[in-house]
Amino acid sequence: MVASAVFITDLKVIISRNYRGDIPPTTCCAAFSSYISETDELDRVPIFTLDGYTYSYIKYNNLYILGVTKRNSNVSLLITFLYRLVGVFKDYFGELEDESIRDNFVIIYELLDETMDHGYPQALDSKILREYITQEGNRMEVISKPPVALTNAVSWRSEGIKHKKNEIFLDVVEKLNLLVGANGTVLSSEIIGAVKMKSFLSGMPELKLGLNDKLMFEATGRQAQAKGKAVELEDIKFHQCVRLARFENDRTISFIPPDGEFDLMTYRLNTHVKPLIWVEAVVEPHKGSRIEYMIKTKSQFKSRSIANNVEIIIPVPSDVDSPSFKSSVGTVTYLPDRDAIVWNIKQFHGSREYLMRAHFGLPSIGREEAREGAWKQPIEVKFEIPYFTVSGIQVRYLKIIEKSGYQALPWVRYITQNGNYSLRMA
Amino acid sequence: MPSKPKTAGGSDSRFFTTQKKGETHELRTDLHSTDRSTKVDAVKKVIASMTVGKDVSMLFTDVLNCIQTDNIELKKLVYLYLINYAKSQPELTLLAVNTFVKDANDPNPLIRALAVRTMGCIRVEKITEYLCEPLSRSLRDEDPYVRKTAAVCVAKLYDIAPELVEDRGFLEILHDLISDANPSVVANGVAALSEIAETSGKDVMKISTSVLQKLLAALNECTEWGQVFILDSLSKYTPADGREAEGIIERVTPRLQHANSAVVMSAVKVILNYMNMITTEDTLRTLTRKLAPPLVTLLNSEPETQYVALRNINLIVQKRPQILENAIHFFFCKYNDPIYVKMEKLEVIIKLVGERNVEQVLLELKEYATEVDVDFVRKSVSSIGRCAIKLERAAERCISVLLELIQSKVNYVVQEAVVVIKDIFRRYPNKYESVIATLCENLETLDEPEAKASMIWIIGEYAERIDNADELLETFLETFEEEDPSVQLQLLTATVKCFLKAPEETQEMVQRVLDMATEESDNPDLRDRGFVYWRLLSTDPEAAKAVVLSEKPVIEDDTSKLEPELLDTLISQIATLSSIYHKPPEVFVTRANIRSVAEDDDEEYEYEDENDVGVQPSADGPVDLLDMGGGGGEQNGSAPQQNGDVDLFGLDTGGGGGAPAAGPTCVKTQVCDGSQSGGIIVNCGFMQLNGKVSMELDLQNNGQIPVTTLAIQLNKSAFGLAPTNQQLAFNPPIQAGASGSYSIGLTVTPNMMVPVAAGAAAPPTVQAAIKNMANNSVFYFAANFTLESIFSPDGALDRTAFINTWKSIDDTKEVYSTVQLATSNIETIIQKFAATNIFQIARRPVPNQPGQEVVYFSCKTMTQHSFLAELTFKEGVSACKICVKSEATAYASLAKEALERCAK
Repeated sequence: MVASAVFITDLKVIISRNYRGDIPPTTCCAAFSSYISETDELDRVPIFTLDGYTYSYIKYNNLYILGVTKRNSNVSLLITFLYRLVGVFKDYFGELEDESIRDNFVIIYELLDETMDHGYPQALDSKILREYITQEGNRMEVISKPPVALTNAVSWRSEGIKHKKNEIFLDVVEKLNLLVGANGTVLSSEIIGAVKMKSFLSGMPELKLGLNDKLMFEATGRQAQAKGKAVELEDIKFHQCVRLARFENDRTISFIPPDGEFDLMTYRLNTHVKPLIWVEAVVEPHKGSRIEYMIKTKSQFKSRSIANNVEIIIPVPSDVDSPSFKSSVGTVTYLPDRDAIVWNIKQFHGSREYLMRAHFGLPSIGREEAREGAWKQPIEVKFEIPYFTVSGIQVRYLKIIEKSGYQALPWVRYITQNGNYSLRMA
Repeated sequence: MPSKPKTAGGSDSRFFTTQKKGETHELRTDLHSTDRSTKVDAVKKVIASMTVGKDVSMLFTDVLNCIQTDNIELKKLVYLYLINYAKSQPELTLLAVNTFVKDANDPNPLIRALAVRTMGCIRVEKITEYLCEPLSRSLRDEDPYVRKTAAVCVAKLYDIAPELVEDRGFLEILHDLISDANPSVVANGVAALSEIAETSGKDVMKISTSVLQKLLAALNECTEWGQVFILDSLSKYTPADGREAEGIIERVTPRLQHANSAVVMSAVKVILNYMNMITTEDTLRTLTRKLAPPLVTLLNSEPETQYVALRNINLIVQKRPQILENAIHFFFCKYNDPIYVKMEKLEVIIKLVGERNVEQVLLELKEYATEVDVDFVRKSVSSIGRCAIKLERAAERCISVLLELIQSKVNYVVQEAVVVIKDIFRRYPNKYESVIATLCENLETLDEPEAKASMIWIIGEYAERIDNADELLETFLETFEEEDPSVQLQLLTATVKCFLKAPEETQEMVQRVLDMATEESDNPDLRDRGFVYWRLLSTDPEAAKAVVLSEKPVIEDDTSKLEPELLDTLISQIATLSSIYHKPPEVFVTRANIRSVAEDDDEEYEYEDENDVGVQPSADGPVDLLDMGGGGGEQNGSAPQQNGDVDLFGLDTGGGGGAPAAGPTCVKTQVCDGSQSGGIIVNCGFMQLNGKVSMELDLQNNGQIPVTTLAIQLNKSAFGLAPTNQQLAFNPPIQAGASGSYSIGLTVTPNMMVPVAAGAAAPPTVQAAIKNMANNSVFYFAANFTLESIFSPDGALDRTAFINTWKSIDDTKEVYSTVQLATSNIETIIQKFAATNIFQIARRPVPNQPGQEVVYFSCKTMTQHSFLAELTFKEGVSACKICVKSEATAYASLAKEALERCAK
């Protein structure tokens, strides 16, 4: 069992569903509200027990989505369920907020009834749910059958889908997580990649995706290719449509895709990556009068690539005033509400180096401790480099076979972005 | 793709507007309206009121009136209303039954399923009977959507009326659903059966080889949620042998690649549990390698999932440190991690830190110690101390980092550093005193009791090396009365230490402290300790020295501090709440079948975070005369006394009940003659009293040194025994030449079971190793186990079940013997048996054999082996014939011997 009841609350119950009738909803909701309002934000944990009832919650916008249980539930499943439930609501209502809940409470009850039964998650695929739980005001037509996909082995795709043009779009998106220590060494670097698909294919297509996966090459005895540009992925996670046993067996990625947008797979690589965008900061504080920053940034990728919309975010003390900037490229803005300056560079070509100077006044009597804290925050960098993957991963082929025999074209794009990309200041 | 079909004015929010006066009346009229949309709107208004918490139960009959409709939206709303208010109107709810029954026969499977689903949610006992007929039909419905809904409904019904479910054969039907062609039906069937198994404590899941294959097949086909249900039920299964375990693991491993982290976690659980049975080094290595990447990837998920993952990883690295030994840098904190994630990462880092990576870890910890969040900073500082305690060779580096941090002069950093340095001193006495000077520079920063107490302990302990120790203590003494009791106690002890080391200068001071402690304080601990010191000092200063300045045991690294059995239990609970709290489920969950007690019991087990236990718990333990320092606990790092309640954790398989007063006695036999054990002669036996299994030891100490503390370990045996407490403390110690006894609580756990090879008899012995903590000598012995010690109180069968089982067991699986008895009175035997959980089933005269009687008994071990017995008596003869029949042939002889013993 996973949950006895699910609540959506902004600390006053907005809507709830008591699946098992073994918890007192009003008491529980009040207990949860007082936990949230009385516990310091820093001391809160996402799972806690009060009076024998265990609360697990996630936060979305100003709402808490909360599962309550009396038993030794599988919390991992509960948390995943809550996130997916939010996903379903977002798909249905565009956004999940107290207003959209009140506007749609009837359908929310229906969804709560269908997504979980007696505390066990059931159907959480909004595309399939939409086939029999619809919003159209007066539902005149009687739906006479549950969609086959609800109980089928292929629970994510309905039969009889038709598209005029059969197309499929692949985006390979890589995010670079990077942490550079104050002494300039890379403490950790990690690539989190995702193959995102937008599928507009008719019928029940069988797809096979080929990547330059080193282990696959090895498995199929293509050592020569393996040596070349193959990439060794450390861990891969697949959408439920991918046949995992098959992948485990010979590393073939085969699947029947859902219709529309979905993440086919995510992968993780833990290789030592050179920081694509390097930032160095020299800070000179003059107590009681001013503080000066000299920021140097360098792009460390091939010169024909371009990083777009680069933002370098540098934390500054909270009590600075009268900012002035000088930079060889881009624009610099001071954001007092974030205690930071942001250096924007629209287009940052590879193998370039730029300089920026910032100057602030400081009040003559400053709060020493506050300044101390601000210094410790690392510099953050945001960027986007199209037509490029750090890992070197490539889509070798995407085979699409449907019994009607249509031809479909796959479109592939690559992009690299910043993930959790930060450099500690010296 | 998100679309927003919300039409202006058509939004449901208008139903929330209230019209105050006459509202109920108006609603009632509308509910009876013939106009369909008026009616639907009225029901929506009712539901809206219900949603915002208004009581609309007075409209029960009116809403119920709308139930007969072919508008599915309206029907759903009425059903929802019913679920909410049925309990308050049980009589009226009966009126809805007809509709339910009718709907359960509707041609539309959506309606059929809706009816069955809703009926199960109406927790009114009166309607359960009406539920059975439609339910049993739905379980065989042609549409899988209805079947999967019906499967869950069986679990719902079991919650309200377990007997009904058993009597109507629903469990069997449910079990059949595991073989259903549809994967969703299988998954829900598994979920329902698992829940019933958990609630009832009965093995209704019964995973046989064919069931196992079905589950594994469904694993590839069913939804991600279903996969979790199946994996969770697999994790409770014990494979027959290593080969089977390996086979299942092979089928489960692909799940590690699933995008759904709940699937991954449950797969990890199955694999880790089965790994215990695998002995092939290669396979173990491969699995170890395969488990690391998915665990690390979980750290990229949502923070709440990360939290769950980290709490579990904390357990996993204790169980199998190799898995993540090279992954420590993944656990380094990101600046933007929520604080609860950071704290858990620190815990994992401390568990993974080793000589190879300690440099890198210290740099990180130092970085964290300069962040803004106070709790996180403190924990980082204390983690540096834990590194030092764990890794002797890094201790010096750790100390220098701590000293650097002290230079920052940040108040809470300094205090935390002082506390951990005290622990480092206790770990490595007389090694790093050079830092005392730096500590003394920061006395005025200390304002927290723990830090003060730690500093004072250091001053007292090293008084002879601190020039002005007495002056330093003097400054603290000025505020003696205002101090926290823990600081007062430390001050008292430190002053006495100081006095014993340099009596001349401190005579006056010690007098003053003793006065304050004994006369002015109303704290009994302080007063008592004061008096003890006073008497010691006045009667025998040498003795006082021996006591107060005696050498203290060195504290130990506590980073892997969970008891092995508890750890195994928790590993089997991966992904559940139990794994978050690091407590076995029994501690915070009460079983549903003792529902009535549940309400009052719950409060006892409030969740307390044991994270902070850091180095050494127990601030307010018993007065410790030897004064092991500030927050110091007893004895050494792994303070076992606290775990006296391990029973709670273990398996209270015994349930309530327990044997009647004529309890069993324990026959002990000599297992160790002293030749290998430093002169300790051991007699050992087993028994069960009030549902608790124990190993009884009699010790005769013919050695040279007193026996104070022993540690015991049991080898895996055919009975799955594990001690609840490994440390045996003898208080008072058994002096040389004296004797004493000890009762060791035992639990029965599958993890300690050695499967018996097919065809062989279970080895009757339990092998044990005992370590004498005084001189670290270890000796081994094997004791014959008495099977009746683990006869479980739920071993009684009802007659029919007994007869069926008796018939089903092949005659070749019988063992016989004749035993001489002390009495010819059958009643006495029956009573004796009952006291050892051997239950009488039937008694009858033997046809055509006048004067002969047979009595049938059943019993079951806590390891779930059942035995049936037939005892034949002849009038006036003090002997009987015993015949034991059981499918557990390996244990049959042992059971027979148990019966012989109990009969005598």
